[in-house]
Amino acid sequence: MSVLNITKAAPFTHAPNTTQSIMLTVLLALAPATLFDAWLFGWPAIFMFILTVGFCLLLEAGCLILQNKPLTPSLTDGSVVLTGWLLAMSLPPYAPWWISLLGAIFAVVLAKQLFGGIGQNVFNPAMVGRVALLVSFPLQMTAWVKPSSAPGFVESLGITFGHASLDGISAASALGYVKTELSRGVPVSESVHHLPALSDMVLGIHPGSFGETSAILILLGGLFLMARKVISWHVPVSVIGTIVVLSGLASLADPARFAGPEFHLFAGATFLGAFFIATDYVTSPVSKQGQLVYGAGVGFFTWLIRTFAGYPEGMAFAVLLMNTLTPIIDHHIRPRAFGRTRKGEPLPVKGE
Amino acid sequence: MKLFPVRGGIHPDYRKDRTSELAIVALPLPKTLYLPLQQHIGAAAEPVVKAGDRVKKGQLLAQSGGVVSASVHAPTSGVISAIAELTAPHASGMPQPTILLEPDGHEEWAELPPGIPDPFSVDPNVIRARVAESGIVGMGGATFPSAVKLNLGSQHKLTTLLINGAECEPYLTCDDRVMREYAADVVDGARIMARALGTPKVVIGIEDNKPAAIKAITEAAQAYTDVEVISAPTQYPMGSERILVQLITGQETPAKKLTADLGVVVHNVATAKAVHEAVRFGRPLLARVVTVSGGAVAEPKNVLAPLGVMVSEIVAFCGGLKTPPKRIVNGGPMMGQPLPTLEVPVVKGMSGILALTAEETSEQPTQPCIRCGTCVTICPCGLVPVDMAAFIRKDHLDSAARIGVRDCVSCGSCSYVCPAHIPLVHYFNYAKGKLNALDREQRKTDHIGKLVESHNVRIEKQAAARKAAAAAAAAAAASANPENRAE
Repeated sequence: MSVLNITKAAPFTHAPNTTQSIMLTVLLALAPATLFDAWLFGWPAIFMFILTVGFCLLLEAGCLILQNKPLTPSLTDGSVVLTGWLLAMSLPPYAPWWISLLGAIFAVVLAKQLFGGIGQNVFNPAMVGRVALLVSFPLQMTAWVKPSSAPGFVESLGITFGHASLDGISAASALGYVKTELSRGVPVSESVHHLPALSDMVLGIHPGSFGETSAILILLGGLFLMARKVISWHVPVSVIGTIVVLSGLASLADPARFAGPEFHLFAGATFLGAFFIATDYVTSPVSKQGQLVYGAGVGFFTWLIRTFAGYPEGMAFAVLLMNTLTPIIDHHIRPRAFGRTRKGEPLPVKGE
Repeated sequence: MKLFPVRGGIHPDYRKDRTSELAIVALPLPKTLYLPLQQHIGAAAEPVVKAGDRVKKGQLLAQSGGVVSASVHAPTSGVISAIAELTAPHASGMPQPTILLEPDGHEEWAELPPGIPDPFSVDPNVIRARVAESGIVGMGGATFPSAVKLNLGSQHKLTTLLINGAECEPYLTCDDRVMREYAADVVDGARIMARALGTPKVVIGIEDNKPAAIKAITEAAQAYTDVEVISAPTQYPMGSERILVQLITGQETPAKKLTADLGVVVHNVATAKAVHEAVRFGRPLLARVVTVSGGAVAEPKNVLAPLGVMVSEIVAFCGGLKTPPKRIVNGGPMMGQPLPTLEVPVVKGMSGILALTAEETSEQPTQPCIRCGTCVTICPCGLVPVDMAAFIRKDHLDSAARIGVRDCVSCGSCSYVCPAHIPLVHYFNYAKGKLNALDREQRKTDHIGKLVESHNVRIEKQAAARKAAAAAAAAAAASANPENRAE
């Protein structure tokens, strides 16, 4: 009997989960909405999606090589694919190739690898990619198209790699349309009637970012993640609840100025953000109590930016803003330890 | 009885079905028994026999070595061949003094103390003394001398004796089998312990994945109005003393306090059976039931093993190893100790011997933490393992202590669920050990400082006294010789 390796302490059994299995589950949850949008927007969107994910993988590999780090498991754990996937979901469906490349550089090189790779990034990489692109290239980043425009394969190559014009098929997103109309003096209560029907908004048949349009499929994906215990209800409920409460109260007070909850829920990236972006493990708090605070902050800033700021959509900004607070939330909001008060003192003994 | 929610917890793969339906089988006597003097928490026992002595079954071999200690008895009759240093059943593989007994095969009993026919009318001190002289320790694995724990009634107002039949560790079925096969003994032992403690009530808590044990114990307890059996939800670590107490009282045991401060004392089912035998028949603790399991064991079994038999012999009794194991574990897979070798003896606290294959241990290279927060969600102690581990990695032990690493009970739940396979408990054990060492160092430094200070004060006093004496002597000389002064 040889002397066994006894360096490790118990437990000597492990749950079947790994980082990779978690990432793959998230990708699986995103798949239905992604396939739907690929069908909805056609080849240019498929090219954009493949390019974005591909660039992210290549850049991750490049960074690892430059740092003399092994390519596995970093490249195969699914995290960089998820980053690329979420970035693609947040880009306009007909974005040209260089938007994908720049977005991947911002997301993978700047936001993830320069901070030390997986687990070390302060900001959500996909949202860094999106926001950096949005403030740098506002025109390309708001070039929405009508759903089911579906150009042919060759024409699509022109859109992705050339300078094909989107004039004939361009359209405003719901959030953008209402904001523009409001700035022209058209009350919200009136402009919402010119939006696609609520049923189309819920199903996803309306202009918007590649992955955000189908609220119902994103919601189903999110519920799947909850059922698989990859995420808990805390962040999504807190994000969505805050948006619903704020928009509900505001629209009650002044329906001409403020859009109601159903608009905020289905017009933008509310579901995508609440279930897939704000729940990013690395950049959100670890405790459930902290997650409630964090989610409420994301919901608050999203509504605030959508309603009062220059940009029609605020989810990405809200997530990045709350990312900066995550370390502080984690520091101050900890679970109460067993047998102790919130302050860490031992609980009093009864009768003493 | 109303049950209350408990904090955290996980649902590991229990793998108990390999042995749960197998009746306890007795191990044949081996050629030699190896009885370590330290099979419990506290001071080691002191031998009262020497090499060459002929001893009878149940005879005292080593006397309890202090207030917190436990005696060791001869599991069978035979000859003491030596008292030697032998590898202890501990991860360190360090040797410790051990009595070697060669059985003669006669199983000749020593003269035992008489049984106590009605323990419910004798003085509780008589019961405690009997438990103490029988060498009984907590048999769930903690191995704290039971007699000391049965004395808690003298300092605390106790309401309940909670008998722990949760057996929440995967693989282990020894308590399950004891409850099924010796239900009456367990209930009787529990009531005797309640008498010693002065608690009016006994609650026996069993996880609901052991319906047969619940049925057997419920039937055995039917005649007694003071005994209640509860079916606890199956959730690791339900068998943790404080969690089980929270389940029945709804209260958390305050930090740095005992469950006795809530009026509850917890003892294990196998301990209850041992108390029954000691009190009713005067038999000391000589054997225990051990679950031998794991994928590398050819025929897993629940074995009634005499204390001191080599683990290798029990494994051989179970058909040996069919594949080379990845780990050999003393106890359960969640909190057990890794064994350095099979050549260590069975001791009082050894509930399981597991030979686990690589698939079962499922060890993988550690990956970076992705801050999923699962460890925070499931921690039954309400701690933040991810932050504690981050502090410990940077050797910021003070910070780790500030956020509660000392409150960690090393239940292993966080390591079990970590998707990045970070050995969190390993970090915490390291930190706790280091912090304790630092504390000892600090106390020593403080003590030395005080000694030096009092030494200095003493020296100063002596110097002052000498000075005063010299001055007095000079003054006396001056007054006796006034001419000198004139000069």
